[in-house]
Amino acid sequence: MITEIEQQIKEQLKQDAPSDMYEPILPELQDWPIYKLTQEKEEFAQVLADASLEHIKKLVDSPAVMEELLAKVVYLENIRLKQDAWKTDTKEEKEFWIATKKMLIQRSLDIKNDPKFAENYDYGIFREILEMYSREIIGTFNEDTYRFASKALPFSFNRLLNATSSWKVWSNQFKLTDRIKTFGYIDEIRNLARKGTIVVLPTHHSNLDSILIGWAIHCLGIPAVQYGAGLNLFSNPIMGYFFSRLGAYKIDRRKKNMLYLETLKTYSRLTVQKGLHSLFFPGGTRSRSGQLETKLKLGLLGTVIEAQRLNFQEAKPNQPAKKIFAVPLVINYHFVLEASSLIENHLKQQGQEKYFVGRNSMPSTKKISGFIWKFFSKQSEVLLSFGKPMDLFGNDLDEDGNSIDQHGKPIDIRSYFLAEGELTEDLQRESEYTRMLGDEVRKRFYRENIVLSSHFIAFVAFEILNKKHRRLDLYGLLRLPEEDRIIPYNQFVKVIKNMQNHLLAMENNGQVRLSNHVSGDVEKLIQHGLQNIGIYHPKQALKRNKEGDVTSENMNLLYFYHNRLKGYDLEKLI
Amino acid sequence: MTWKNLSKVGVIGAGSFGTAIANILAENNTVLVYVRRLEKLKLIDTERACKGQKLHDNIQLTNDLPSFFESCMLIYPMVDSTNFRDMCKAFSSYMRPDHVLIHGTKGLSVNYPVGYEEMDPPQLTRKHINTMTEVIRQETTVLRVGCLSGPNLAKELSAKKPAATVIASRFDEVIELGKQTLRNERFRVYGSHDVLGVELAGVLKNVMAIASGIADGLDMGHNAKAMLLTRGLGEMIRLTQALGSDAKAFFGMAGIGDLMATCASNKSRNFTIGSLLAKGHSLIKAEEILNDTAEGIRTTKIAYGLSKNYNLNTPIIESMYNILHDKASIPDTLQYLMTHESADDVDFI
Repeated sequence: MITEIEQQIKEQLKQDAPSDMYEPILPELQDWPIYKLTQEKEEFAQVLADASLEHIKKLVDSPAVMEELLAKVVYLENIRLKQDAWKTDTKEEKEFWIATKKMLIQRSLDIKNDPKFAENYDYGIFREILEMYSREIIGTFNEDTYRFASKALPFSFNRLLNATSSWKVWSNQFKLTDRIKTFGYIDEIRNLARKGTIVVLPTHHSNLDSILIGWAIHCLGIPAVQYGAGLNLFSNPIMGYFFSRLGAYKIDRRKKNMLYLETLKTYSRLTVQKGLHSLFFPGGTRSRSGQLETKLKLGLLGTVIEAQRLNFQEAKPNQPAKKIFAVPLVINYHFVLEASSLIENHLKQQGQEKYFVGRNSMPSTKKISGFIWKFFSKQSEVLLSFGKPMDLFGNDLDEDGNSIDQHGKPIDIRSYFLAEGELTEDLQRESEYTRMLGDEVRKRFYRENIVLSSHFIAFVAFEILNKKHRRLDLYGLLRLPEEDRIIPYNQFVKVIKNMQNHLLAMENNGQVRLSNHVSGDVEKLIQHGLQNIGIYHPKQALKRNKEGDVTSENMNLLYFYHNRLKGYDLEKLI
Repeated sequence: MTWKNLSKVGVIGAGSFGTAIANILAENNTVLVYVRRLEKLKLIDTERACKGQKLHDNIQLTNDLPSFFESCMLIYPMVDSTNFRDMCKAFSSYMRPDHVLIHGTKGLSVNYPVGYEEMDPPQLTRKHINTMTEVIRQETTVLRVGCLSGPNLAKELSAKKPAATVIASRFDEVIELGKQTLRNERFRVYGSHDVLGVELAGVLKNVMAIASGIADGLDMGHNAKAMLLTRGLGEMIRLTQALGSDAKAFFGMAGIGDLMATCASNKSRNFTIGSLLAKGHSLIKAEEILNDTAEGIRTTKIAYGLSKNYNLNTPIIESMYNILHDKASIPDTLQYLMTHESADDVDFI
């Protein structure tokens, strides 16, 4: 049995109509927390550096260990600048680290002769480093450019669109909302965005994800969500433009030292506490295999639990503490721009194949334009499935954002942090809560996933070949000679039909969502899937040959798109 | 992270184990024992004794649920596994996320697949079974849960003989609370994060207790018993690994510890069933003589159902299933166990 809302979402999926644009819930940009943060950027950098230092002092309690930590950070930073230099690195940064290194050597000599070293330990240099990191991380949100970007994005897409579909040159019918469709608990999420802070937790398959989500959130009328974007992405002009203006803060993946990571976490915690709606990719990086996230990175997620506890601890008497809501989000693409490099990377990581993998960097501007071109001219679409919102403990919420338990009884979530009536900080307890939240989000991903025609046919085709060549391992299968990759069309249709019935039953049980093509006529389903799966890649993951049978030109890609339906235990049906 | 001002510690259930634990808790704390039936409560309170054990002065009794859950933040549920889920359901409206539960129930909750009665054995996977901590999470809003397990024969505990136990929880504060409230100079408390391992060790050992009773009933000697328990431990570990836990817990109190105590004691119900079977009684007759339920019978069915589905090598569990379900005689089973192809001595670590 599924709920009334689930039924509505199901029907909406079947209708396949363009998504609505919603009224902004906070019409004045000046009222957005993210705008306010930018206004006080300088003060915030100081607050962030102070808070990070406090936190680090809590984790490392002895000056001797602090000094060791410092030496390690300086060493790592100097190595990074030498061996992994990027255009974004500044000259000041290099000078700073070289100078710090020299200072540290001098200091180590002084310390030896200083019996009062621990007492007089000077945290000044830590403060300096943390402030530098703080300034780097904090993004800029610009009111004017946000307005411009949110208009420019559909405008430039529309221009492209009208140029490509010449038969509709004069029609203004195509809108971005035709192609980027939003489904799910939208009214509930809009409502909760007024009542508390929203943390969007999406699946991650492409570098375009964050821009798409930024746009989708804009369409839902919710103030901009902030998200961490890799520093390397800012070097791409198109992406950089949108990133820096739509509320991104910067993450440098090269910096794996503790001081940096703690600053990053503190940033996330402080901004969530300030009520900035945020977005984390809980999987950490893009899914290399194409599968829905199976393991989640819990670092940033943990800061949300911490923020919730601090909201309670710091709440003024007679004032309710601000609540934080988690919203899982599944993004469904018919084709992923970086699919080839992702899957090669995945196979290489599995360690069994000697692949030469090119630099897995951001796709070039030309590639992105190509993507946009194909995207619109071939009428592909992206489906965003906004999941059922919950509190940070996986509980359901009522209209007012109150948590309710499995029996419909209200829960005071403050009590999750209580020890015999007293609100306590227990980092180990919170890390367990984080793990539980991660488990819940992962489960929700599978339920909120929308099965697309392309994923469906890729899954079936790959599994048919897998079964046919049972003796081969994965790598043998991926190297299957072309003549062995052919699946008779009739057989293909039969298996699809059988599997479709199973998926429909799963949909009725609330185990997965289906796009309108997947629940419709089988021949059309296959046709739609074939049209979409091969849309961008030069070699088709799946196509029909001259005889009308189904075959693959690129087994790696077929495997990649197939993986999307892994984890549902569907293999046994083939 | 220790809790301050722990006012009262709660215990649910006044069975023999529950009473023994309440008495240990009472040495450090004021203990409130919830007893469901008022007549039983009055009887215990007038006699100040329960199940042949004298009650410590620090123990109070109640059957008022709301005030019980209001005054105790740390609670030890000590009830039968068959009643465990119902208890959680019934009490869930009084339980809150700031309650901490440490249960001492050795059993599984099984959600049998459709048509299982026809299956021999029922085809079970991890999805079909829930441990008691999982039941608590499903039925209540309590997240901070733990499990108490180990070689803790109630009679010896109440006779104040030295013993040790393990508290398994994902939460350090739960382990700490267990230590804080339970330990004294005769009772040691160890901690573990492997909740599933500890819970399964406590459950699966019941199968071996029946087997051990049979060996004892046939007077097979110490060598045979040692062989049985050593190979049995391996089977328990293989099954637990298939269910998603590592085997570490099996080398601790809840594993080897509990196995040694239960299988050496002729007091346990499972052991008694085994020795009655060995003496030629039918299962029905044996249960009649015991006049109680032996958890191990049900556990054997579940364990074999799981083992078969995961294609594991568990000849002792299989043999116990066959004996209990009248599929093989004890002599035939013995012959099978002694003559089947032997694998590596230790193949599970």
